Amino acid sequence: MSDQVASLRKPSAAADADALTAEVAGLIVQALNLEVAPAEIAPDRPLYGEGLGLDSIDILEIALVVSKQYGVQLRADSEENGRIFGSLRQLVEYITAHRTK
Amino acid sequence: MVAYRAGAPIRVSQFLNDVRHLARSFPPCTHVLNACVDRYHFTVGLAAALASGRVSLLPSSQAPQMLRQLSLFAPDAICLSDEAEISNGLRCMSYPRERFAATADPAPCLAACGVPEVDEAQLVAYVFTSGSTGTPLPHPKTFGRLIACVREQARRLDLTDSARWALLATVPPQHMYGFEASVLLPLASGHALCAERPFYPADIAAALERLPRPRALITTPVHLRALLSSGVVLPPADLVLASTAPLSQQLAAETERRFDTRLLEIYGSTETGQIAIRRPTHTAEWRLWPGVSLEVAGEATWARGGHIERPTRLQDLLEKTGADRFLLHGRVADLVNIAGKRSSLAYLNHQLNSIPGVEDGAFFHAEEPSNSHTGVARVAACVVAPALDAAQLLEALRERIDAVFLPRPLLFVERLPRNATGKLPQEPLRSLAAAHAKPATIA
Repeated sequence: MSDQVASLRKPSAAADADALTAEVAGLIVQALNLEVAPAEIAPDRPLYGEGLGLDSIDILEIALVVSKQYGVQLRADSEENGRIFGSLRQLVEYITAHRTK
Repeated sequence: MVAYRAGAPIRVSQFLNDVRHLARSFPPCTHVLNACVDRYHFTVGLAAALASGRVSLLPSSQAPQMLRQLSLFAPDAICLSDEAEISNGLRCMSYPRERFAATADPAPCLAACGVPEVDEAQLVAYVFTSGSTGTPLPHPKTFGRLIACVREQARRLDLTDSARWALLATVPPQHMYGFEASVLLPLASGHALCAERPFYPADIAAALERLPRPRALITTPVHLRALLSSGVVLPPADLVLASTAPLSQQLAAETERRFDTRLLEIYGSTETGQIAIRRPTHTAEWRLWPGVSLEVAGEATWARGGHIERPTRLQDLLEKTGADRFLLHGRVADLVNIAGKRSSLAYLNHQLNSIPGVEDGAFFHAEEPSNSHTGVARVAACVVAPALDAAQLLEALRERIDAVFLPRPLLFVERLPRNATGKLPQEPLRSLAAAHAKPATIA
């Protein structure tokens, strides 16, 4: 029984993550007027610096749209931008863990 | 108290100890490129250089090309850093992280607020601006003038002697505004600087909240806009200081309301340092620093006198409204100011056209984005470079210019819309930008 439940849960959780990833990618492209399509942002490609080519102003912009949309306040704590913005996947994980909306 | 880190005080005796030890640790050199990110480390580095007769270099950007050019300017310079080693052709030195044993007794030679005995004429630092020829221009800053300037700032900001203020800043200490307001001002007037440089709105609010009062926030319009629209609860401040770009009336008024305090705005430049101040909710007029005079001749305004090292042509259009007052009317068209970082279209074009494979290229001002929270307009570029793709071009640009100036959009064309005399009017460029949706397109 628990195995059935577990296998039922897995695909839907993955689907949720995919949906959120697509949503966040869309938010980023729209907020920054980027010239790539949301689907073109590879989930593990660096967002900051040489990857997607975002700079600190962009990071601030994303922080604001993310807080409005998901109620998450980004914090640096002991991490640098590199962690949360290390990739789209990491950003989505952070949002998933901390969202209040 | 000379500084706070995460709300914990750092005493003057510790500071002087750290300065003494660092000064003794420098390898042979006469210049120190101070790339420290932590504001306390930066200040120790600055004071150690000063105390040992060395000149600090404060670069306007960390682009590899800039740092290489600085190494040509000062071949013996060492690069002091408190983060990962910067490979740029300079000898590197890590800021010594281990705590030096504090002396049991307070340091005997406690000069006023830890500022060492220094001659007025001593060269403290060079700050750099981007010249139109593509080489960074050095601007010397001498001790007496710097101190006079920031002591006047303390008076203008009404940082009274009776209270010790804590000054939190979101700006880097290498930038002229941050250098004056967040490093020299506290040092010269007996207030405390803050080691951290918070970035996200939630972190700025938390860092401010941790500080004892009276406390001030030294920041920029970009960060203020972000703070006010973030939804973060803002703790009360006793002063907010802004600079690097004009502030709208609405933003100023909301800032004063939400922080429950005065907002003062500074006007200045890398060459001159700060030269005027105003409270935007009360007046549009700027008041000059003592001794500073403006000479307006058509589109050119020259500033000289007071603490200004040399007569300087300003990059904005000013209108004098009195002997020591003026109004600001906007920038000269060539100037580029993105989130407080300054460059010029001429400099950027020089860099672009120096890239192998670029046959012709031009930067221009892009439209301000309407949906932006931060409200930052970028520069765009048109380029004729049949053998290059966007990634290669951007990588080459990244070597030469600060990341904020990377073009958005970047348009590849067969030919730039130059007119009969070879000039490039802005309008055809903007039309090209409007017509193109994707970066890599052949016209």
